[in-house]
Amino acid sequence: MDPVLDNLDLFWSGFLRSLGIAAWAFAGSMVLGAVLAVFRVSPVPVLRAVGTAYVAVVRNTPLTALLFLFAFGIPTLQINASFYVFGVCGLVVYTAAFVCEAIRSGINAVAPGQAEAARAVGLTFTQTLGQVVLPQALRSVVPPLGNVQIAMIKNSAVVGAIGVGGELFSVYARLSSAQGYERLPVLLGVAAFFLLMTLPAGALLAATEKRLAVAR
Amino acid sequence: MHLRRPALTAAAAASLLALTACGGGSSDAGADAPEPVESATFEAGTTMAELSQAGAITIGTKFDQPGFGLVGLSDEPEGFDVEIGKGIAAQLGLSEDQIEWVEAPSAQREDLITQGSVDMVIATYTINDTRKERITFAGPYYVAGQQIMVGEAEDRLTGPEDLRANPDLKICSVNGSTPSENIREYLASPDQLVLFEVYDDCVTAMKNGQVQAMTTDNVILTGYVAENEGEFKLVGEQFTEEPYGIGITKGDTAFCEFVNGALQTMSEDGSYEEAWTSTAGQYEGTEVPTLPTADACA
Repeated sequence: MDPVLDNLDLFWSGFLRSLGIAAWAFAGSMVLGAVLAVFRVSPVPVLRAVGTAYVAVVRNTPLTALLFLFAFGIPTLQINASFYVFGVCGLVVYTAAFVCEAIRSGINAVAPGQAEAARAVGLTFTQTLGQVVLPQALRSVVPPLGNVQIAMIKNSAVVGAIGVGGELFSVYARLSSAQGYERLPVLLGVAAFFLLMTLPAGALLAATEKRLAVAR
Repeated sequence: MHLRRPALTAAAAASLLALTACGGGSSDAGADAPEPVESATFEAGTTMAELSQAGAITIGTKFDQPGFGLVGLSDEPEGFDVEIGKGIAAQLGLSEDQIEWVEAPSAQREDLITQGSVDMVIATYTINDTRKERITFAGPYYVAGQQIMVGEAEDRLTGPEDLRANPDLKICSVNGSTPSENIREYLASPDQLVLFEVYDDCVTAMKNGQVQAMTTDNVILTGYVAENEGEFKLVGEQFTEEPYGIGITKGDTAFCEFVNGALQTMSEDGSYEEAWTSTAGQYEGTEVPTLPTADACA
């Protein structure tokens, strides 16, 4: 394991960089995904169509293709940003499609009687969703959302291919190729640092699930 | 062990592709095909004997480097590295059609050799000590030097030293390459360095104005300058020395000495010069190199 121990500082900075990417992508995809889910269940046909089309297109596009579209396509429209920003945006857009579907499944799991009752007492669409349906949906949505976000953390490795330097996967390329360290230990090191992100995320998930659980 | 299988399958797929690609027959690179040596005999048990008897050799090279190894419309790699490979194969008694070309991206070269997916790697492959721990280098057959390429209108950069003074400039190179490590000492911050998997992406990023410069070995850059006429230029002097070697299995001294001998023969019979002038030598501002003295095979 010498290649890892000799370069712990490099791994650590790569870890922090990857963690940063994942944190931004988490926040962004949760917000965008929730908005899309609301679109998909909204009574306005146009919004529903937008939500459905978004999920259909983005969920069925390979992440790498999406990232390269962001990195090299958007600049041709004279909109420029750093590759870090493009990378995070690509990851947010991609993950949001899955977050949207997870949340929508939770909304669908709430018994229709709940929404009907809410409407019957005169709540608006926003109130019905915000005060009756979503709080209940949230409980059943925690495990699938967790899956999506853990997958996102691992997907963040792909962002390294579009010029976002310094994250864990670049560390791997740098050590194993440019500096000629043996590949396997370096890869194991990268995997270990990814576990350092995903395992606590899983634990956090289990805790959240427990907290939100209600005796039925 | 699980890790090896996808890599091998990928390599097998790549060599299959290369096989079908080679079916086309004649090469349209400028050089005449080197004549295979008719009666090549080698001591039994050596790599040379194995390859010569098998009637096939697998060579890893770059598929995206103009002048050295580039797969274009012909579906066959063309360039100086490819011509060198053909010359060595010829001295094993192998013809062009008996060579399988496999793509060898910078980051995978050692692994292709250690896994036995290729018999040799000729892929703008800088000889250095860390790489020598895993493989053996024959050669060098060429000495390149790192330089900087910028857009035609860019005048803030005249050499690597100017990077520190202009922290808003970004410079592009390839993940895991020697030039990407060399440039680090000239940077004001690590954010100035943008890394992709292949050089073509750097060129796209330069055209988009996302990076202002690109750095790697001069000969690679000359290729891009020539391919994109009037868009790019080289600035400053070469600031490193990159001896290109031929990567083979670690410790195969006999094969290493054979390759060095083959290079010497190519230099003496003029095919080395011809390999250069028909490929990388066609770009403006390049000089015909002389074969560098070979390192000792260890």
